[in-house]
Formats: sequence, C-alpha cells, structure tokens
Amino acid sequence: MTDTTLTRGLRSAKDRLRGVEAYQEELSGTPRTRFLRHVVLVGVGLVMLYPLLWMLSASFKPSAKVFADSNLVPSQVELGNYAAGWSALEHPFQLYLVNSLILAVLNIVGNLLSCSMAAYAFSRLRFRGRKTLFAAMLGTMLLPAHVVLIPQYVIFAKLGWVNTYLPLTVPAFLATNAFFVFLLVQFMRALPMELQDAAKIDGCGPYRTYWKVIMPLTVPAMATVAIFTFISSWNDFFGPLLYLTDSDLFTVPLALRQFMSAEGASDWGPMFAMSVVSLLPVVAFFFIGQRYLLNGIATTGMK
Amino acid sequence: MSTSTTSPVAAPGVDRPPRLRRRSSAEASEERAAYVFLAPWFIGMLFTVIPFGVSLYLAFTNYNLLQSPALVGLENFTRVFEDPKAETSARVTLTYTFLSVPISMVSALAVAMLLNKGVRGLKFYRSIFYLPSLIGASVAIVMLWRSIFGYGGIVNSFLGFFGIEGPGWVTDPDWALVTLVTLGVWSFGASMVIFLAGLRQIPVMFYEAASVDGAGWWRQFRSITVPLLSPVIFFNLVLGLIGSLQTFTQGFVFSGGTGGPAESTLFFNLYLYQQGFQRFDMGYASALAWVMFIVIAFFTALNFLVSKWWVFYDD
Repeated sequence: MTDTTLTRGLRSAKDRLRGVEAYQEELSGTPRTRFLRHVVLVGVGLVMLYPLLWMLSASFKPSAKVFADSNLVPSQVELGNYAAGWSALEHPFQLYLVNSLILAVLNIVGNLLSCSMAAYAFSRLRFRGRKTLFAAMLGTMLLPAHVVLIPQYVIFAKLGWVNTYLPLTVPAFLATNAFFVFLLVQFMRALPMELQDAAKIDGCGPYRTYWKVIMPLTVPAMATVAIFTFISSWNDFFGPLLYLTDSDLFTVPLALRQFMSAEGASDWGPMFAMSVVSLLPVVAFFFIGQRYLLNGIATTGMK
Repeated sequence: MSTSTTSPVAAPGVDRPPRLRRRSSAEASEERAAYVFLAPWFIGMLFTVIPFGVSLYLAFTNYNLLQSPALVGLENFTRVFEDPKAETSARVTLTYTFLSVPISMVSALAVAMLLNKGVRGLKFYRSIFYLPSLIGASVAIVMLWRSIFGYGGIVNSFLGFFGIEGPGWVTDPDWALVTLVTLGVWSFGASMVIFLAGLRQIPVMFYEAASVDGAGWWRQFRSITVPLLSPVIFFNLVLGLIGSLQTFTQGFVFSGGTGGPAESTLFFNLYLYQQGFQRFDMGYASALAWVMFIVIAFFTALNFLVSKWWVFYDD
C-alpha cells in the first residue's frame, strides 16, 4: 500500500464523517412523517414527565386531596406540606440533607483524585504489567458488587467502622469505581503524547506532568465523574441502609423511606414534598451538567 | 522491584536473559511513579480481591459475626436448592430481568432511531428521556410509583376513564412485579443515549445505497442497522442483565423491606440482605451471593459466546 492510497482513504473517511454530520442537521422525511415523529416523541415525553409533574403537584395538595384532585394544577395550594414534611421525622430535614451532602462531597473528592491517578498511570506511563493490571481493572467492572458485600461488611465491622461514614467514603479514595477509571483512561489517551514529551523536555517529572499538564486538560472528563458521583452518592440507598444505624447519621434516602410504612398508609402531602426536596439537587445537577453526563454515558458504549 | 533501581552500575548481559534490556534511569523512575499513582488503586483492589476469596470460604461455613466461622461443607449450598424462598426470589429476579431488559432495550432503540432522523428539538427530547434513568432507582421515585399505581392512584383512574377496571397493581401478587417492570422500562434513557451515539456512527450512504437497491424499511433495519449497531446492542444487553439481576432498592422500598405482597417482589438480593443482615446468617447469605455470582457469570459468558454469531465488528 502506497502513501497516496492511504491518504486517499483517510480523506474519504473524513468526507464521509462530514457527510454524516451534515445529514444530522437536515430534517429527513415529508412534513407529514416529521409531524408524526413529533407526535410520538411528545407522547413518550409526556409519559416520562407526567409522574414527576404529578409528584410536584401532589406536594402542594392537602393530603386528603392528593388522590381525589386529579388536576395537575392543584385547586387548593397547600404550602404547609413542606413545613410539615421538614419536621415530620425524628430530626429536622436539613440534617439529612447535610449528611448526604457531606458524603457526596467526600466521594467526589475521593473519586476525582484516586481515579485520575490510576487513569494517568494506565494511559500515560510505561511500566511492567500494565496490560495485565488494566485487564484486571476492567474485569472488576463485570464483578457483581454483592459477591464481596458480606466479607467487606465483616472487615468494616471488625475495624469498628459500622455506623460511621468510613465504609461509605474510604472506598472512593481507593479508585474502586472501575467505570470512572476507564472513562478517564479513554479521555487521557486521546490527549496528544507530544504534550508529555514537551513537558519532559522542560524538566517536568511524572508528578508535575500529572498535576500541571494532564489534570487541567482532563477537566471535562472530571466534570463527568464529579456529576455522576454526586448523583449516585445522593441516590445511594443500599450502602447507608447497611452501614448506618443511628438516625442522626441518616442520609436523605434513609430518611425518606420512613415516610412510607409497610402498610402503605402515609401522610401523602408531606411525603411528596420531601420527595421533591430530595430530587431537586439531582435534577439541578442534571440540568447543569447534562452535556457532560450525556457524553459520558454515550462514550461508555463505544470502543 | 530490584531491576528498577537507579543504580548506574553496569551489569553486562552475561547473567541475564538477552531480551531484558537494561532500563535507563528515566524509565525506572517513570515505572516507580506509575506504581505510586496506582497505590490507592492497589489497596482498593485488595478490598475487592480478598473479600472475593473470603466470601467463597464463608459460603462453606456457619457464621453469625459473633462466633468464628465453623466449616459445614456443602450444607449452605444444598440449603439454597431446598429453600422455597430462595427459589421464589430467583424466580422473581429472573422474571423481572426477562421482562424489563428486553422491553426497555426495544423502547430505547425505537426512540433512539426516531431521534436519529434529525428531529428539531433533539437535545430537549434527549434530556427528557434520559432524566428518569438517573432517578429511577431512588427512594422517592419508588415511593411515587407505589402511590400512582396504588389504590385510587392515577393509573387506575386513567384506565377507569376508558371503562377498564385496573388490577390492584400494588396489592395483587400477580401485578406487583409488573408494576416494578414498568418502573424499569421508564428508566430506559441511559441505553437510549448509548444507542443514539451508536446510530450516529453508521454512514448514511449505506441507507442511501440500500434504498436505491429497493430495500424497504424493515430490510434496511435488519441488514444495516442491527449488524452495525450490534456491538452497542451487546454492550447494553450485558450491562442491562448484570444491573437488573442485582435489583434491590425497588423491591425493598416498594414492599417496606418484606418482598411482599406474598413474596412477589422478593428480589434475590433482598432475600440475601434479609438472611445476611437481618438474621445475621452470613454463611448462608454468602452461599446465596455465590449462586447469584455463578448465574450472572453464566449469563455474561453465554452472552459473549452467542455474540460471536451476531455481533459484528468492522475492524
């Protein structure tokens, strides 16, 4: 194969890509099929959003009318649900919010530091056993978390960590989330190697290169990791359920669950009000970081 | 790592294998740095690899966390296969998985294909469809689901509007799991985003050429979309199966921790939790965990084996 056929091949691939992008911009189909497409999409969108809108509306209805008043716009707005829900449990709701926030922040810091360190080593440094260790790291992604659950609990119990935040935060500082390491490896691999060579010529060792060259360029991927960490830590129910017993350590999901008894009878208005409060940070982070989230999730399916 | 010392002393290649080139001090220090960067990860791996072995050991013991583990041979495993509740929970989990994974994957692909046609407002739609998958397993949403499907909830009022008398979605053992399947399907957004990214890599010219040759929609879907998207379908399938076989929060919150009504939402993981952390029967719970691990490993391996026949990599 000569150089010319190679470059020609490259050029045609580039043209093809450009063609794909141009196509994405233009709207295909007759006006009628375009209209039908929107009808279907709006229909699906309503199904997706309706439960959330219903919950928001229910949080403003008097408990007795939550199910009787089927309008999305409440006929009688009851702001008291929020005040009632806030103080309905053993502790005021801000305690649970602060607890959840502490855990989320610690997990974000831990994941950002430890996962980026591992990813830097895997993607940018040469060492023996790199391929084997990288494969082992990917392998842990397929390992179901519940196989190691019981011994981990036993270890944490022996260490006296049960009923503290340590079992819920220390693992984040040890790069245990293989998915994030993988995501950062993919991102760092795409950064040109010349950057590192230039840094080396300027006298940067591996540590300074990591901190001064690679980390600043990895900010978009780090944002993805931070937002995903926030959402999964905020939503986590199983970990706190397992390790926390004192109610003053409870996180938002543990607190919320107390609104619902096994029989199902509940004080609906306050329960939905606090449900809305519990989802607000997630929805806010989603709207702030949706570009990072969508790109992050999309790249996981690619090679 | 004795070979990675920075010692400049020359060691001629007589007493070492010829392929081992002497490493420069720069290479050696890079290697040392790599291990420093990997140190947290190494410790983290210990927290995974050691428990992995220990859980297998515990599965052959009786252990209640207070007394030291006592070996009992295969007793825990024979108990798993004689325990009707273990069987029920396995059935619940498999039913849930085989209903929710295919339905949500088909929905995800269908919506991704609609969005890939170049729709105005693509970003808006994509966000709306993705949002539920971020919160689908949160306590608030599971409680919401229980309310809207429950007695007097909007779902039955809606059905009543058409003169259909809806079932007791929450209280009827035949329907409780179906209710949770609808929640699983509602959260299809993450796989939709992955499908959409995959669809965008398929060159349009393939479809143009096919329609010139007179291939209809279904033929194009079968001969172009599915083969070229197959690695992505495979990825979504593997992760979907692993995730759904480990469902916990939905069953726990929906039933108040009991797995009811009549054990119809007793997911395998929920049963494992009850045995391990409510009854402190850690040995039996470990055996349950290993049975689940083997089932998940089996499905994943089967997936990889079967994938040779239908997953198509173009490079």
